[in-house]
Amino acid sequence: MSSTAALLLLADGRLPAGGYAHSGGLEPTVRTQGLRDVVDVERFLEGRAATAGFMTAAFAAAACAAAQARNLALLDALDAELDARFPSPATRAVSRALGRQLRRSLVNFHPDPLLDAVRDNPHQALGWGVAAAIFGLDVRDAAQIALHESVAGPVAAAVKVLSLDLFAVHAAFAGLTDFLDELAGAAAAHATTAPAELPASGSPLLDIAAEQHRQWEVRLFAS
Amino acid sequence: MHARATLATEQVLDRHGHVASRVCVLRSHAPLVLRPTLPKGIEPGVDQAADVARVALASGAAGPLGGDEFALDVRVGAGSTLVLNEISATLLLPGARGGCSHMRITVHVEADATLVWMPEPVIAARGCDHVHDIRVELAPSARFLMRDELLLGRHREPPGDLLQNLRVRRGGRALFHQQLRLGPSARGWRSPAVLGANKCVGTVLAVDPAWANDVPGVNLFARDAALLPLQGPAAMVSALAADSLALRRTLHRGIALLGARWAPAAASAGAACDAAVTGVDSSLVTVS
Repeated sequence: MSSTAALLLLADGRLPAGGYAHSGGLEPTVRTQGLRDVVDVERFLEGRAATAGFMTAAFAAAACAAAQARNLALLDALDAELDARFPSPATRAVSRALGRQLRRSLVNFHPDPLLDAVRDNPHQALGWGVAAAIFGLDVRDAAQIALHESVAGPVAAAVKVLSLDLFAVHAAFAGLTDFLDELAGAAAAHATTAPAELPASGSPLLDIAAEQHRQWEVRLFAS
Repeated sequence: MHARATLATEQVLDRHGHVASRVCVLRSHAPLVLRPTLPKGIEPGVDQAADVARVALASGAAGPLGGDEFALDVRVGAGSTLVLNEISATLLLPGARGGCSHMRITVHVEADATLVWMPEPVIAARGCDHVHDIRVELAPSARFLMRDELLLGRHREPPGDLLQNLRVRRGGRALFHQQLRLGPSARGWRSPAVLGANKCVGTVLAVDPAWANDVPGVNLFARDAALLPLQGPAAMVSALAADSLALRRTLHRGIALLGARWAPAAASAGAACDAAVTGVDSSLVTVS
C-alpha cells in the first residue's frame, strides 16, 4: 500500500530538510576518538545506528501511528519523552532544528492540517513520523527513513572530513543495509508502545562529542 | 533466588523538638541486607548533617547470578533526608543453569525530601546476562543525587551482557531516560559513538528544584566527560574511563561543579574521594 516514490522522496539527501548540513556527530568524533580510516567510520556508523538511529526510528514509527490516528496529545507526549532521552542540550537543539526545517518543507509541498497542529519545532523523529503519515506511508517506512538518515549524514560527512574514498565509504554503508533493515523492523514493532516504554538507547560518546563540537570556532558541519 | 528488600524513611521530631529523619521500614531479604550506617565517603548536598538517615546496602551472597530476581524498593518520606550507599561493588555472574538475572530498583522521593544515593560499581563479569532496571519518581519539590558506575568486566576480562535502564520522572513527567545495552550481544557497543575502548561508564544525576531557571551550564571538564544540563532543574555528569579509579575521580570532579549546594566541602572532598575509591578496590579483591 505504501508509495515507493514518496518513501524515496523523503529519504533523499537532497530533500530541503537540512540533513545535508549535519554529520551526525562524525566530525567531532574524528578528532576526539581519532577516527582515521573506513573501518573506523564503519564502526561509528554501526554504533550510531544501533543507538541514536534505533531510538529515533522507534519514535518515528510511534509518531507515524499517532499521526495516522490524528492523536495530537500522543505526539506531544512523544516529544516530551524525547527531551528526556537527549541528555546533551546540543543534541536536543539539533533535533528540534532539523524537525523545524522538515516541518517547513512539508508545509510547502504537502500541506496538511496536522502540520498546523503540531508545534513548529518538533523533534526530528516526530517530523519523520508525521511526514510518513501524511504521504500515506506506514510505520515501518517511518522507521526506515529515520535509520537511513541517521547513517547517510555521517557517510557523506566522512568523505569530506577524512578525505576518504567515496566508494570505500559507501561500501561500508552498503555493508550495513541488512542491519538497518533489522533495526527498522524492531523499531516499527514499537509503533504502539506506550511513550514511556519506548527505547531510550544511550550513546555517551556522541553526547559528549556534540557538546565539544558546539564549542569549535570553525567546523564544516552544523552538528 | 528471589529477594525483595524495602526501605523507607520519614520525618520526625526528636526528643529536643528538632526535625530529624528516621528509618521507618528496614526490611532486608537475603542476600539484600539493609543496615543503618555512619557517614561513609562523600555526601554531596548533605555533608555529615545530623538530621539525616543513613543506610547501607550489603550483599549477603555472590551475584546476582543468572536466574536471580532481586528487587529493592526505597521510599524517602516527605521532608526526610536519606543517604543510601553500599558496602561493596555488585559483581554480575552467570548462573549455574544459565538464564538472565534481574535487579529492579524503584525509588520514590516525596515532597521536600532528599535522597543522596551513592552505590558502588556494577561489574559485568564474563558470561553474565543481567538487566539492571532503575525507576525513580520524584515529587516536584524533591532533591535527588545519584552516582552510577558500570564496569565492563574485571581486570583484563571481557564482559558479559548488561542492559541498564535508568528512568527518572519528576512530578509524573519524564526527566531522564537512558538505556545502555553493553556486552557481546549488543552490536555496536564498542563503537566510537557509544563507549569506544573505555572499560567504564558512569553518570551522576542531580535534581534540585532550587535551580529552577539556573541549572549549571555545559562544562567539558575532562576528556570523555561532560556536565550536561537536562530539560528541567537537573543536570547530568556523563563520564567514560579506562578504569574504576579514573571514572570515580572524574564523576566526583563533576559533582564539585554542581554548585555550592551540592559540592562537598572542598578540604575533605579529595581525601573522601580517595578513601571511597580505595573501598572499591578492596571489594574487587574480595570478589575476584
